[in-house]
Amino acid sequence: MARAYIFKRFERFWHWAQAALIIAMLLTGFEVHGSYRLFGWGRAAGLHTSVAWALIGLWLFAIFWHFTTGEWRQYLPTTDKLGAVLRYYLTGIFSDEPHPFRVTRLSKHNPAQRLAYLLVKVIINPLIWVSGLLYLYYNELGATGTVIASGLGLGAIALVHTAAAFLMLAFLIGHVYLATTGHTPLARVRAMITGWEQLADEPEPETRKIPAQGVST
Amino acid sequence: MGVRICSALAIAAMLVAAAAGGADDGASDKVLKSTSDHAKFKVLQQEFASGPEVTRACLTCHTEAARQLQLTQHWKWEFLNPDGRRLGKKSIINNFCTSVASNYAYCTTCHIGYGWKDDRFDFSVQENVDCLICHDTTGNYRKAPGFAGHVVTQETEFPPGSGNRLKPVKLGPIAQEVARTSRDNCGACHFFGGGGDGVKHGDLDSSLASPDKSLDVHMDALGNNFACATCHMTAGHQVPGSRYAPTAVDRGGARLRGKEYKTNPTTCQSCHGQAPHKAGAAKLNDHTDKVACQTCHIPAYARGGVPTKMSWDWSTAGLMGLDGKPMVRKDAKGRVVYTAAKGTFVIAENVVPEYVWFNGRVTYTLLGDRIEKGAQPTRINHFEGSAGDNRSMIWPVKVFRGKQAYDPLYKSLVVTHMAGTDDTAFWTNFNWEKAVAVGMASVGAPFSGKVDFVETESMWPITHMVAPAKDALRCHDCHASGARLEKVAGIYIPGRGSDHSVWLEVIGWALAALALAGALVHGTGRIAAARRRH
Repeated sequence: MARAYIFKRFERFWHWAQAALIIAMLLTGFEVHGSYRLFGWGRAAGLHTSVAWALIGLWLFAIFWHFTTGEWRQYLPTTDKLGAVLRYYLTGIFSDEPHPFRVTRLSKHNPAQRLAYLLVKVIINPLIWVSGLLYLYYNELGATGTVIASGLGLGAIALVHTAAAFLMLAFLIGHVYLATTGHTPLARVRAMITGWEQLADEPEPETRKIPAQGVST
Repeated sequence: MGVRICSALAIAAMLVAAAAGGADDGASDKVLKSTSDHAKFKVLQQEFASGPEVTRACLTCHTEAARQLQLTQHWKWEFLNPDGRRLGKKSIINNFCTSVASNYAYCTTCHIGYGWKDDRFDFSVQENVDCLICHDTTGNYRKAPGFAGHVVTQETEFPPGSGNRLKPVKLGPIAQEVARTSRDNCGACHFFGGGGDGVKHGDLDSSLASPDKSLDVHMDALGNNFACATCHMTAGHQVPGSRYAPTAVDRGGARLRGKEYKTNPTTCQSCHGQAPHKAGAAKLNDHTDKVACQTCHIPAYARGGVPTKMSWDWSTAGLMGLDGKPMVRKDAKGRVVYTAAKGTFVIAENVVPEYVWFNGRVTYTLLGDRIEKGAQPTRINHFEGSAGDNRSMIWPVKVFRGKQAYDPLYKSLVVTHMAGTDDTAFWTNFNWEKAVAVGMASVGAPFSGKVDFVETESMWPITHMVAPAKDALRCHDCHASGARLEKVAGIYIPGRGSDHSVWLEVIGWALAALALAGALVHGTGRIAAARRRH
């Protein structure tokens, strides 16, 4: 079976750090929201703020990395094979059909993943960050009078922030589950840890374009 | 070089010794406190026959003192509300002992004057100002109820024929020891408002005479040891910080020496400014625009071991025991919860305040205002404010609930003649109609002859008994469902369930549940399919 080095070191670090931070944000965030009591409200709020800054920092690095490496293109949406991929997850996966998409270094994500991650990046994340920063700096906004002028109350800000958090939670659940749908349940998780993805026996033509040093057998 | 250092050290040592010598000497302590030793004043070295005689002596040096006092609310018991209505002890009706009118000789025991026995008291007589009630340091100056603020200087039987003998107060030694006011002086009246220790305010009672740090971080007798006047910074006898003229919102900073301020100096902000919390707790400073300092820093009132009255039902008054004497009932701790004279009380300690938006405006229901007996209690007074008016803060209050006499035909609160040795006073005769008739006549108000009882409530700001920071409220005391601010409307409080959008909660959790269910169903399908294949 062929292996390909798909996920680079920074990418893996970014992914797992982001995973930990987002889980921490969800845990503390829903406590601040009042859904349960875990850390105690004050600690939850404090942690939520600190972790938010860590996540913002990580994101700045990640954005820089995506643009300097051109990796941002991985999230360009495509309809090519989208239907086939969706069909695979709906039916084919149960009859052991081969995955219609072949992972390559130039195209790490199948069209459904591309779409999902793009939605996270262009909808959920901006909603969370914008509403979160407004939430965090609500007092300063209030002092300038903008909040009153725009009719943007803390309740509205919190509503958007919470809605985005629910979307992120739903994404996280789906994402964690779909991570088990590799050719073995842990194959994709392993790839995300080591960077090496197991390729199917008959690689698609694109795979051959990968420089030799990136592929081993 | 060495010599120079040595001589500098020697000079420093001498200076320190000189300073220490000054402090060591007890007599010097007294000297440094005041330029006058009142015991040395000839005019005070006499036996005084009455309070006004002492005042005359005081005025020989303090020539303008009485005129200063006569300008004060302490003297007039009168306050003109910004809404134009005339307030003050003299005219309002509360839901404790209800009214001063027609009960002057008793109520004016706490007046800073002598002889206010009826509504013909002459407020311009200088010698009627009582200096000693605020400046006594001996603790021996007492004014007995029933004497219109006069001090008893000869053994007196009171009420006449009762066999109860009042001991005389020796005024000379008291006059020779006068000094600045202390907590004891103010407390002599203000700790006992409403007819007893702690009854009225809840945040003012005799436990503040010598409180420890946990009871009041500022008045802590072994620490900061604030007097009342430390915050109620008095100049020319004008005492700022009356509850009649409350400052609900102070946007000013901490005060600097040398600057002149026109605003109320008793606010927390006047010393602590707008951002009093340290950098580590900077988020707390974001609260100071909407939450009064007192809300977090006075976690409970009546914390010093003295209970306060929470409610008072006058309608049950008048019961006689089997012995034919006015009935008294006590609770398990031996505290009075019923008397025939006053009715039924609920008393409590360590009371969690109620919280309201307050913008500093207070409205009152006065004698003659039309009131209805209904589902809503009549508001003796009410703190105005709302989240939206941008002039309100969330304040802790004591809401005092009562049931008191009113005129069901004329639909008005009533003046009741409570105290007296005559045959109409309620406390001696237990007849409402008689007592109210005399009370109303004394103020020239119409009375139908009928008495019924109406539920009332009054609000009292909670602002004393400030706890040390470690005992202040924690985040979750408000940031939770069913917490302290549950009923405070018009503001989004993170963590408070009632602020949540129901549809967002339903859709959000349903979305998460669907994602989870989808994963479980899909995963189970995969496992089943894999088993079938093998």
